[in-house]
Amino acid sequence: MTTPSMASQAVETSLPSALAPGDRPTRPSALSASLTFAWRALRKMRYVPEQLFDAVFQPIVFTLLFTYLFGGALAGSTGEYLQFVLPGILVYTVVFMTMYTGVNLNTDISRGVADRFRSLPVWRPAVIVGALIGDTVRYTLASTIVLALGLVLGYRPEGDVVGVLISLALVLAFSFSLSWIWTTLGLLMQTPNAVLWTSTLLMLPLAFASNIFVDPATMPSWLETAVGYNPITHLVSAVRDLMAGDMPGQSIAWLLGASAALVAVFAPLTMYLYEHRR
Amino acid sequence: MTRRSTVTTERDPDTDTGSPAIEARGLVRRFGDTVAVNGVDLEVAPGEIYGILGPNGAGKTTTIRMLATLLRPDAGEGRVFGHDIVQNADAVRGRVSLTGQFASVDEDLSGRDNLVLIARLLGYARGDARRRADVLLGDFGLADAASRQVKGYSGGMRRRLDIAASMVVTPDLLFLDEPTTGLDPRSRNQVWDIVRALADAGTTVLLTTQYLDEADQLADRIAVIDRGRVIAEGTPGQLKSSVGAGALHLRLRDPGQREDAERLLAGVLGVPMQTGSDPAALSARVSDPDLAARAFAELAGAGIPVSDFAYGQPSLDEVFLALTGHPAEETTDTDDEEQVA
Ligand SMILES: Nc1ncnc2c1ncn2[C@@H]1O[C@H](COP(=O)(O)OP(=O)(O)OP(=O)(O)O)[C@@H](O)[C@H]1O
Ligand SMILES: [Mg+2]
Repeated sequence: MTTPSMASQAVETSLPSALAPGDRPTRPSALSASLTFAWRALRKMRYVPEQLFDAVFQPIVFTLLFTYLFGGALAGSTGEYLQFVLPGILVYTVVFMTMYTGVNLNTDISRGVADRFRSLPVWRPAVIVGALIGDTVRYTLASTIVLALGLVLGYRPEGDVVGVLISLALVLAFSFSLSWIWTTLGLLMQTPNAVLWTSTLLMLPLAFASNIFVDPATMPSWLETAVGYNPITHLVSAVRDLMAGDMPGQSIAWLLGASAALVAVFAPLTMYLYEHRR
Repeated sequence: MTRRSTVTTERDPDTDTGSPAIEARGLVRRFGDTVAVNGVDLEVAPGEIYGILGPNGAGKTTTIRMLATLLRPDAGEGRVFGHDIVQNADAVRGRVSLTGQFASVDEDLSGRDNLVLIARLLGYARGDARRRADVLLGDFGLADAASRQVKGYSGGMRRRLDIAASMVVTPDLLFLDEPTTGLDPRSRNQVWDIVRALADAGTTVLLTTQYLDEADQLADRIAVIDRGRVIAEGTPGQLKSSVGAGALHLRLRDPGQREDAERLLAGVLGVPMQTGSDPAALSARVSDPDLAARAFAELAGAGIPVSDFAYGQPSLDEVFLALTGHPAEETTDTDDEEQVA
């Protein structure tokens, strides 16, 4: 086959402007690169509304489901149960959303975009930190929806706005830290689906062996002990107390410590795997 | 072609004076038991278009990924404009762009978003990034599709966007991994034009291909790679002449006469004939064109009509066959099939 010289008019052979050399811009800072990747994540929400749908729809279904279906059985009345379960649903919703971080990272790698990002001279963790920042926006959105819905259904935080804001900040901080586990998984697994399934399998016991849906005092003592070690239990307790107007200093300290430990272990592990994968 | 001679692009002076664009010595990379790259040496001069030619699984992608700092070599070393690809990976990344074998753009975003993203990551301010993206979209014939999701692009559009993303800042060295695989002839020509224009502007291009024709058309020099090793290197002309002789190709009108023709020609030419899977075809290495002409005449005299007759330099296909003992199309390790009589 030789070159048929017809029909290559769509592309100018000389590409004059595309090749105009100009000055090479200076490299962006670590923060600026991360924010650019966050912009990418948010931009995606426009084109891939499924994840946004998840952020909006799942909390609504869960709140209604748990309040009206299980509320009477679990707490005697739906109103009482809503008061108990809403902070739990808030945590549950956001914590499950964190799994997408690993799925998305794995998708980038299997599709090949990650190769381009890795071949750019930018701060290496920016691609992951940026994605996490973008996710934080989704978490905030979901939290707001859960809270608003709760208020509509009759949930009343006894604390003030500050308590609510601090509890939201705690949820976001913990979710950000937890995400590094999923990014590690995202780099270890072969396909996005495998990442999703593995993280779900890890998340389910964490979510249900906690005080999200029921008071641990009603559990067998061995389970109650185990639940006490679950960081999600501490997060939910802290959120409940904060929304009720208390300041659970100990839980907050415990949580921030656990969050820092998660980042300290899994962030370097993620970055190592990111550098060395394939 | 006036490559390199007219180049006046600004470059940081500390590095590339005198150093080759690519210098690789004994690169090795294993995946489990597979030795994907098994001691590759390469030297590419600045401004060259260099082709790496090899069949599926030869190790082309693995070689490129090592040179683009995406994969660490298990052994050997590589330098890009004098920077070590492992020790000084960041400096290498500042000089190269990569267009991978599988679209290295974000399918979920629009074409414009993709280019803006890369431009921002390279340090363009927001407005400049958008302007740069629009210039590239226009030049690559993507202006109409700019706000559409890349998912809906055709293969050719996707490729062009991918290359455009590699040119947001004109790189000193561009890696193109199988840039035209799966494209129709028109899109392929567009990509070829882009590669030539880039090279004319001074960018060194390292491209891989499975198409002998493509390497021949584009590359100043070619490395033929097979099972992780460079088995031949040189200009397309050198490679062809290294096989040593011209080639005569014949197709008979009646395949049933092939045996007669084979006997007759072997006598006239004094060399064994080669037969392939096409039952009507015959070929032979013949260095003397006069002899080839005589063979043609003899066939006519013996009443064996010929439907196709060609004499010329061996194609790169034949070069590959001569170098490796198996045709380029072959993807597996089977050494049978080709019956060299
Ligand atoms: N990530 C990986 N894990 C395991 N094996 C791999 C991996 N990447 C490549 N290989 C193996 O290494 C060998 C070389 O692969 P490579 O992708 O470099 O070949 P290639 O020349 O680019 O082939 P193709 O023309 O099909 O793209 C193949 O046998 C392939 O199966
Ligand atoms: Mg390949």
